[in-house]
Amino acid sequence: MIDPVTLAVINGRLEQIADEMDATLFRSAFNPIIAEAHDASHGLYDAGTGATLIQGKSGLPVFVGAMSFAVKLVIDKAAMDGDLGPGDTYIFNDPYEGGTHLSDFKLVRPFYRNGAIFCFLASVGHWHDVGGNVPGNYNPVATESFQEGMLIPPVKLIEGGTFRQDIVDILQANSRLPGSLYGDLNGQINALDLGEQRLQDLLNEYGDEQVKAALTELQNRAAQLMRSNILELPDGTFVCDDWLDNDGIVDEPLKIALDLTIRNDRMTLDFSRTSLACAGPVNISRSTAVASIYVALKHVFTDVPANAGVLEPIDIVIPKNTLLSVGAPKPVGGYTETILRIIDVVFGAIAQAAPERSNGCAYGTINALSLAGHRRNGKRWVMFSFFGGGHGGHPEGDGLNHGNAPISTATIPPAEILEAAYPMFFRSWALRADSGGPGRHRGGLGALYEIELLEEDADVFLFGERGRFAPQGIAGGNAGALNRFQYEQPDGLHEPPMKSKMVGIKINRGQHLRLETPGGGGYGAARERDPAAVAEDVRLGYVTTGAAKTDYSVVVDNDGQLDTKATEALRVSGGT
Amino acid sequence: MSNQPSYVIGVDVGGTFTDVFFLDEANGQCSVAKVPSTKFDQSEGFLAGIRSGVTDLTKVATVVHGTTVGTNALLERKGAKTGIITNSGFRDTLEMRRRDRPRTWGLWGQFDPVVPRDRRLEVQERTLADGTIHTEVNIDEVKAQSHVLLDMGAQSVAVVFINAYANPTNEMAALAAVREIWPNDHVVASHEILPEIREFERTSTTTLNAYLQPTVGSYLHRLDTALRNDGFGGEVLIVQSNGGVMSLETAGKRPIRTALSGPAAGVIASTHIAKSAGFPNVITCDMGGTSFDVSLVARGQSTLAAQTAVDFGLVIRTPMIEMTTIGAGGGSIAWVDRGGLLQIGPESAGSDPGPVCYGQGNDLPTVTDANLLLGRINAERPIGGKLDRLDVETTKTAIAKHVGEPLDLDPMAAAEAIIRVANSRMAGAIRLVSIERGHNPGDFAVMPFGGGGALHAGALIKDVGLKSALVPRYPGVTSALGCTIADMRHDFVQTLNSLLDDLDLDQLTTQFANLAGQGDALLNDTSVSFVDRKTWFELDMSYLGQTHTVDVPLFLSEDFNINRDQISAAFEARYKSVFGNPLSGIPVRVVNLRVSVIGVRPNFDLHLLAPDDEGTIDAAVRGTRPVWVDGGWTEATIYERLHLPVGAEIKGPAVLEQPDTTIFVEPDLVGKVDEFGNLVISRKGDD
Repeated sequence: MIDPVTLAVINGRLEQIADEMDATLFRSAFNPIIAEAHDASHGLYDAGTGATLIQGKSGLPVFVGAMSFAVKLVIDKAAMDGDLGPGDTYIFNDPYEGGTHLSDFKLVRPFYRNGAIFCFLASVGHWHDVGGNVPGNYNPVATESFQEGMLIPPVKLIEGGTFRQDIVDILQANSRLPGSLYGDLNGQINALDLGEQRLQDLLNEYGDEQVKAALTELQNRAAQLMRSNILELPDGTFVCDDWLDNDGIVDEPLKIALDLTIRNDRMTLDFSRTSLACAGPVNISRSTAVASIYVALKHVFTDVPANAGVLEPIDIVIPKNTLLSVGAPKPVGGYTETILRIIDVVFGAIAQAAPERSNGCAYGTINALSLAGHRRNGKRWVMFSFFGGGHGGHPEGDGLNHGNAPISTATIPPAEILEAAYPMFFRSWALRADSGGPGRHRGGLGALYEIELLEEDADVFLFGERGRFAPQGIAGGNAGALNRFQYEQPDGLHEPPMKSKMVGIKINRGQHLRLETPGGGGYGAARERDPAAVAEDVRLGYVTTGAAKTDYSVVVDNDGQLDTKATEALRVSGGT
Repeated sequence: MSNQPSYVIGVDVGGTFTDVFFLDEANGQCSVAKVPSTKFDQSEGFLAGIRSGVTDLTKVATVVHGTTVGTNALLERKGAKTGIITNSGFRDTLEMRRRDRPRTWGLWGQFDPVVPRDRRLEVQERTLADGTIHTEVNIDEVKAQSHVLLDMGAQSVAVVFINAYANPTNEMAALAAVREIWPNDHVVASHEILPEIREFERTSTTTLNAYLQPTVGSYLHRLDTALRNDGFGGEVLIVQSNGGVMSLETAGKRPIRTALSGPAAGVIASTHIAKSAGFPNVITCDMGGTSFDVSLVARGQSTLAAQTAVDFGLVIRTPMIEMTTIGAGGGSIAWVDRGGLLQIGPESAGSDPGPVCYGQGNDLPTVTDANLLLGRINAERPIGGKLDRLDVETTKTAIAKHVGEPLDLDPMAAAEAIIRVANSRMAGAIRLVSIERGHNPGDFAVMPFGGGGALHAGALIKDVGLKSALVPRYPGVTSALGCTIADMRHDFVQTLNSLLDDLDLDQLTTQFANLAGQGDALLNDTSVSFVDRKTWFELDMSYLGQTHTVDVPLFLSEDFNINRDQISAAFEARYKSVFGNPLSGIPVRVVNLRVSVIGVRPNFDLHLLAPDDEGTIDAAVRGTRPVWVDGGWTEATIYERLHLPVGAEIKGPAVLEQPDTTIFVEPDLVGKVDEFGNLVISRKGDD
């Protein structure tokens, strides 16, 4: 057994290795999705099972859970082929076994010590373009993965130290942005090289056995910590259902249903009542579903270290016919929307067991908006960005205004950068009043973005959600506002029939788009909110006087002056 | 008797003490003073410090000040009531940030903007990204909104229009209109502070400047008035975050540049001390009560970072000395998490109530407590002189209870564990700035300044694989010393955002010449004498499509000219050194131009600080004391550090004590006093 002090020291060194791999790729990546939005991740994985041993702190949260599946896929493939050796590196983007979507390319490399595999190192990054029908690969109307991009099974990119240019040729030939792809691929290889070197140094310093013991012990402790967290929750089964608007093809709601059972120090998450696999791209693979459960649990139990031990006391039930466990060639390009909903139902179910450990749902959609046209000189332009919304109210206070999605740590590009690059400008980039879910602690506000086109016509694509089902509050808190998208035509503003999903609508110069994003769900009953806090919200314009009255039973004038008597009367009468 | 003012005085105001460094240029004498800081009004401690060394202020030529007034106002949210005037549709830029959250895991974060929403007002105005004026600014509306802000009690105001970096015409007109009405000078526009693309960063920096102007401005005014009332006829200079100094007047207008003033002065002094001692490559570390700050100096140059966040969402974008901070200071609390892992910080007992051993009410063990229990700190001789003695028994109980029992370790082993984990965290910070930036730690010495670092320096050498440690003779007054030698420096930026192929080179020349001229004028405006002047020109460049830029130094002709091929070659060379191979066939973009104008101030000879010839090693010995190392007690020799002569060689285990710090030389290390009085610690047999 390793002594606790050496354990703490080795833990710090291992985390630093993964962090440094992240930093290396962020700095040298060519595409902004990795460089700015940090849509990438690195870590160390178990030699036999692929289980996550150590994960960088700065990468995309959802990869933390997904990468172990990616590594396991390589372990299985190599066992079948029987030719894994030192100096090999696999590359692939299969989303069904390896998780997430086709845009994410995974590189997996065995790490050898004294002739045996000590562990695996892996790198994943979101490439700018991997073919398919839509530039950037968010195709809201895909019905097969072939329309979303190329699918590469695990193949050796580096074999016995020899780089296989033919593989790179295939990849580049299938991308609209081969240069960017090449730059990102090199960044990922650099990150693996660096991780390998740092890990050799660490093992030389502390010895293989001691580091191995530390890795095992860290898993055990994460599991132990997770069990002690679960033990504090009451036993029982807690039910939470939420809905996706539609799959972009068939306009029918899809249910994400969770029955969460707590028994002593174990937890079962059963998604059996979830809708069946659908036609459009909001399906996900089982590995992606497990990864998102991991993210949800880590958001609730923040003190548990990020390794596979987190999932040790967790049983997961996902029937194969649901939209949470699809195989090829079902489309999975919109996986972000579905996993955000999984995270929402986990928050909702835990809130029923222990509201003081949970929070209202965050805005719950990434709103991938693209605007594409041709400049006066004939050059093609594509603006592509994700937008923000409110976080849920929580036990300590109101939700954060305009935050990023729980699955990512990405920042939004500045309006000025977008305006400098594309023929458009923002009429508005502001907080959206009344969008935060009412509650004792109000949900954070979503945003209002209004974009006007400055040159001829452009095609508009949107991949969003929450147009029909708003982010829920917890512990008696109310829902945040719905997502709302409108586009201008000669006869006025229109909303897409599918609400937050739309392909190829044209707008002309001087016309505009209006995107209003959801706020977070509230925490606790709105009537328990301090009337002074409601008055302050009115004064600051977060809440309108009308909503103060209907949602909070608080009477405030337009200057934020509280009418205490009228408020008391209203709250006592229980109506508005 | 000569009445020529001859003193240059450096003053660094810290949380607990105000350190003063006096240099009399007439005779080359120098001395130091340490007085308690005055929390409510720092200028009182400041003046008391100066008067403790010089009674006749007519003899003082220059006072150089490293201040934390601005930093504290930001951290404690105690700046002025500020308003923002912006174009319609954008009042929330400050609050919406870049759509981030405070922590990766957990969604319970909150953000409180320094200017609340009701004091962020909009006017009709729109400038587009190419500089076109889409909507003229409505001046009547600007005036009306200014009155609204004044009625709300705003003391300062920031004017920020979208795309003002591309064309400031509307912003300038609005600024002039506000100035007509505003009753004081605390009016600032974004093009003055940061004419650089990215609206949140520009808004935040401009707003925080306005937020600090009244606070910092009135503080500096009080200082200046008090000095002048006492006959001071020289000039007060303020240290900026970039390590250079600026005039008091500039500091009043641009207080945002003082955000890292104090720490920057320390790095400047460390750079000079290290260079003089033959160490061009050092990693400075400043261990305070709550944090451990490291900064890398390579080939005698400190690195500058383009921006920093002093707290979540409080973003400042001005060039500043790059500093990496971790929550592992002397007051950082050691605790065992629910998974049974020993952790250090980020909770800290600070200096009040402070560590358990201070006996001021905290019972959670800190790093300092562990050092005390291990015998590395003298319980009878606390640093700083505020306390009479330190309480060892209570400390032992606290360590046993909070760390020993959960980990099943006896108190001594628990204390050693705390130090080991703290050391490994500090080592992690050092790796971050060295190994992770491609530097070989074997080429670097660690240089602790401030009070706490010297206890850990030896362990850090071994943990990271550094060459040695260099402990300056007066670690506690390093920042004050740095004030006296810092150069005057002014940085300028302007966004161009153009493809290199489309760049208007004549205009570039004009812009470079203008900014260099502005910098020169600022240097001319002071009474400070410079031994040299330097002007640096840079472009921020990238390949089209990349978002991270590289800073490309340029060498211009005397009339500020440069051709496209020269720029292209400079970019490729720089890209190669940062990222490896340059890429061919991709257009190159020029994002910003930067100009730095530097007035070089005279350095002083550090031999002045060296010990005199009278001391001997034997005379410096104060006795011996048991010190706990590697699981057992060892008898260590205790020395009076300042009495050690040049050339003295001290083999570990040894503890060197002096009023402002304690140095621990571990058993396998040896320390040598160099010709300046610095202590150089290295491995035994390594020399």
